[in-house]
Amino acid sequence: MAVETKVGVYLCSGCDIGETVNIEDLGKVASEECKVPVCKNNSWLCSDTGVEEIKNDIKNENLNRIVIGACSHRFLADVFKFDPNVLVERVNLREDVAWSHKPNDEDTQMLASDYLRMGIAKARNSDIPKPQPVDINETILVVGGGVAGLTSALAAAKAGNPIVLTEKENQLGGWLGRFHKVTPSTTPFKEPEDSKIEELISEVESNKNIKVYKSCLIEKISGAPGDFKVTLKINGEVQPDPIKVGSIVQATGWKEYDPNNLSELGYGKFDNVITGIQLEEFFKNGKPNSAMNGKPLESITFIQCAGSRDEKHLPYCSSICCSVSLKQALYVREKYPDALVYIIYKDIRTPAQHELFYKRVQEEQNIFLTKGEVNNISDDGTGKIILDVDDTLLGEKIQLKSDVVVLATGMVPTTLVGKVETDGESSEPAAKEKAKLDDGKKAAESAEVGAKILNLTYRQGTDLPTLMYGFPDSHYICFPYETRRTGIYAAGCVRSPMDISTSKNDAYGAALKAVQLLYATKNGVAVHPRARDASAIDIFLQRCTQCKRCTEECPFGALDEDDKGTPLPNPTRCRRCGICLGACPERIITFKDYSIQTISSMIKAVEVPDEFEEKPRILAFMCENDAYPSLDLVGRYRMQYNPSVRVIPVRCLGAVNVVWIADALSRGFDGIIMIGCKHGDDYQCHYIKGSELAEKRMENVQEKLKQLVLEPERVQIHTLSLDEYAKLPGIFNDFVEEITEMGYNPYKGM
Amino acid sequence: MTENSISSDLLVVGGGIAGITAAVEAAETGLTVTLVEKNPYIGGKVAQFNQYFPKLCPPSCGLEINIRRLRTNPSVKLFTLAEVTKVEKAAGKHKADVRLNARYVNDLCTSCGDCVKVCPEERANAFNYGMDKTKAIYIPDENSYPPKYVIDMGSCNGTSCNKCVEVCKYKAIDLNEKEKYITIEAGAVIWATGWEPYDANKLDILGFGEFPDVLTNVMMERLAAPNGPSKGEILRPSTKEKINSVAFVQCAGSRDEDHLEYCSSICCLASLKQAKYIREQYPEAEIHFHYIDIRSNGLLEEFYNSVKEDEKLHFHRGKVAKVIKDKSSDKLIIEAEDSLTGNLMQNKVEMVVLATGMESTAKNLPIDKSFVDKNGFLNSHDNGIIACGVSTKPKEVASVVQEATGSVLKAIQTIRGN
Repeated sequence: MAVETKVGVYLCSGCDIGETVNIEDLGKVASEECKVPVCKNNSWLCSDTGVEEIKNDIKNENLNRIVIGACSHRFLADVFKFDPNVLVERVNLREDVAWSHKPNDEDTQMLASDYLRMGIAKARNSDIPKPQPVDINETILVVGGGVAGLTSALAAAKAGNPIVLTEKENQLGGWLGRFHKVTPSTTPFKEPEDSKIEELISEVESNKNIKVYKSCLIEKISGAPGDFKVTLKINGEVQPDPIKVGSIVQATGWKEYDPNNLSELGYGKFDNVITGIQLEEFFKNGKPNSAMNGKPLESITFIQCAGSRDEKHLPYCSSICCSVSLKQALYVREKYPDALVYIIYKDIRTPAQHELFYKRVQEEQNIFLTKGEVNNISDDGTGKIILDVDDTLLGEKIQLKSDVVVLATGMVPTTLVGKVETDGESSEPAAKEKAKLDDGKKAAESAEVGAKILNLTYRQGTDLPTLMYGFPDSHYICFPYETRRTGIYAAGCVRSPMDISTSKNDAYGAALKAVQLLYATKNGVAVHPRARDASAIDIFLQRCTQCKRCTEECPFGALDEDDKGTPLPNPTRCRRCGICLGACPERIITFKDYSIQTISSMIKAVEVPDEFEEKPRILAFMCENDAYPSLDLVGRYRMQYNPSVRVIPVRCLGAVNVVWIADALSRGFDGIIMIGCKHGDDYQCHYIKGSELAEKRMENVQEKLKQLVLEPERVQIHTLSLDEYAKLPGIFNDFVEEITEMGYNPYKGM
Repeated sequence: MTENSISSDLLVVGGGIAGITAAVEAAETGLTVTLVEKNPYIGGKVAQFNQYFPKLCPPSCGLEINIRRLRTNPSVKLFTLAEVTKVEKAAGKHKADVRLNARYVNDLCTSCGDCVKVCPEERANAFNYGMDKTKAIYIPDENSYPPKYVIDMGSCNGTSCNKCVEVCKYKAIDLNEKEKYITIEAGAVIWATGWEPYDANKLDILGFGEFPDVLTNVMMERLAAPNGPSKGEILRPSTKEKINSVAFVQCAGSRDEDHLEYCSSICCLASLKQAKYIREQYPEAEIHFHYIDIRSNGLLEEFYNSVKEDEKLHFHRGKVAKVIKDKSSDKLIIEAEDSLTGNLMQNKVEMVVLATGMESTAKNLPIDKSFVDKNGFLNSHDNGIIACGVSTKPKEVASVVQEATGSVLKAIQTIRGN
């Protein structure tokens, strides 16, 4: 460290702290034992005078590390904020000590002392990360020229960013260009509307910030946020000079579910069974098809969920088909006023104001809607189709005779490779198996099986990793743009089936994230979830053994590899989760404020009593996102737990290096508990795989325990979400009890 | 700029999940932001939810990160208990008059809780929809942000009591505090004013207000929440006993011309999720689900499928005619049509959950009424009105977050265009 650290410790005795622990004695831990040059007490540290005193000391004593022994770091961050060159470390004497432990008790005092030692050690062994601004290219690449892509491009262009928009077809507009009208999106939501896609296209084409490439595929994307190099393939020709962009919106939309799979609904068997898209095109430009070809139309039947909500086809709902068929029913009514229109559905799904449109269509004459399942489809010999429908309302079986049957086929994301994985008959068992493969393998494999739309040159694959049914993965409830490839944001139906107005909203959202990424990258800081974090990874490559764990395990594909397997970091792809630091067996990955050394020093700072004192010591690594904040709630609710536990918050459970566990065991800790976020399909881990990886690495930990001839139960891992705070005291108490029964760590005092 | 006047690039009205998202996304894109919220805390409706569908994860998880983003970002200025009373546009700037209602507790509050111990008065706990009580000085929830107490002056005896003032070591309480008025000038305004549950008292045939065992879906969220009135244990309100049977009444006020003519979008999934809450605590309980259509659009179908596997959960397609009291027991009777059989059915249950819909609060906003449609929703992004979240249409959290994020780009267009 370039500048010598000079620590000031400030202890607050307010909020029951002074009534629970002996502050004078605590002060001695800092001043006499840890030999910090400045240590002061205050009964009201967050008062103006308390804060003023710290500020004066910083100035007069040249302090550059301030340790605040008071309330949780989640409180008063704005009060205990000083010069940017002063690192502030918060030791939580309130929630973690005073509010959750017995007052004036030897064990509580020991707990407070240890937390103070750990805080001082952390302050001395951390540095203040400084952002590393970089020159970036501010152009945004938008892949896909449908309504989502056009909207994204125009939105970001109007905000002042240069845009490159690529479209694989020779014209813009996507599906909307092929639609006659769209379902109503404005009050009173009664009549189909013009899509106004032509206006959107011409606005995009005339915007001087937007460069459009049609008949254009992405041959290759290399680089990283702020500095992507994109090789285009236009009209089949690979362009020699890559274009440079800073961030990417993928709005490549959807494909129709292949109606040839729907022979049970007569598609391919009967000429007068067509898809909704064929019907749409007939009304759009009079394009005839096998069914709509100038013949009179007496009756037409729409079959909803044709291939959707069906375990044999698409298990999910394609979201828009109900509204689309209702709209098409009105087209038929207008052109063929005498025709009877039947709509057979499972549920009519017209959420929000689409309901008003549904109501309007219900009021229309000659349109008949019924719930039902099509059981059989046949030909009556005169060219009419006979449908046997079961499970209708009123429980009757009905038979319908129609001139034309329209299948409301569903949406498949363009990112899907092969068939959709389902539990139904036509599922591909191989695909299911594939999903079960472990991460590293999956990553390597996805390089081969990716949809090859973006053609990223990332070590972990060519495209955005997917979650289910080929839709790109994200933390889709709270943070829908938290994708697994920094700077690349999916928008529109490629991410999930959605209607046009939702697509447009999503397009704006993705475009904002693309703009925001440029802002953060330019300023040298991270994006969500560690937004504005200025720390950056530093790898001491001379000691790298090319084990590839970091390049395989990074959930964001931030690290590529050279031929030998040496990691090639891409700092602007990094989300600062520290999972690589957790993975590295050589312990050569470091952040200025979070390193092997930082946490090891905290572990070593704990005073572990020898076995004769009969005081066990438990080390807890808790994820700072959910588990650690839940400990605050334990304190706020004044729940009590065993005072043997020493907690270290970590960036993610995936950012726990096994060496810390070894350190703790050799220091004499009797047990180690790791608490992080839930994993699996419904993962809550903000770094997607962190807590899952921690669980996998437990195997190595168990190996280590075996070598040391220690019980495997001495190291445990738990998942906990923030609302499960009430379980924490039990988890701690039970663990201490279990360890006590097991007996003390034999390495204690060695 | 006077003392009572502040200026920022962006003003966000409403501190629910939409407003918080818009504020932090904007701040992380380099804008200065003022966020105003009428409640004493931010988080809006989602702060009162137990879990989100389909992951069944707690909203506090996402809020934790969002609030961290907000509290550590110097570009965001937050005002709670703040109501926008007027907005004018002049010289390309929006000027909003904001009333700051008194909290009676200032920023010196350390949330130690000594005041609560001495407070003699109680009030119905609005955070738990009146299902329990707090003291007159209270914190809405232990995880509320800002983590400061607030006084409900309607229940407080003021300076004649003064006990909290006397006990507070940190001089944080001022019972004479008056409301303040400030002006916020901004280059753009995002309205993220959200929704209120449709008033179940208007659904008189469904027994709300008449029978204590008839509750609404938002109340059910609080009942199931670990920080709720029964610490997450779902008990029958009238007896505080365990539950053997429950009915969910969908479209309670939605898809109904006498009430809300639109579909509230989320209620099917919310009730399916609540059926899972019941099942988790009561493996043997009979659950009846009365619906018109199950609307689990898109990938959320998966969640519906997982609920369908429950053998003791009975789906009944058809509208509920009424909820009445059983004469021979303390149970309730659901009278409903089953449109699949044509029969009128009666189910005896111990508890009824009404899936009440979402009603936009936008019609009460001080904006040109031409931006508000007849159902109270805002027309987004026309003539400088930028709106997001449920103020534009009923939607689930993921779509709210998408729209809120996108609204920031609309704001940037407006700001840079000026």
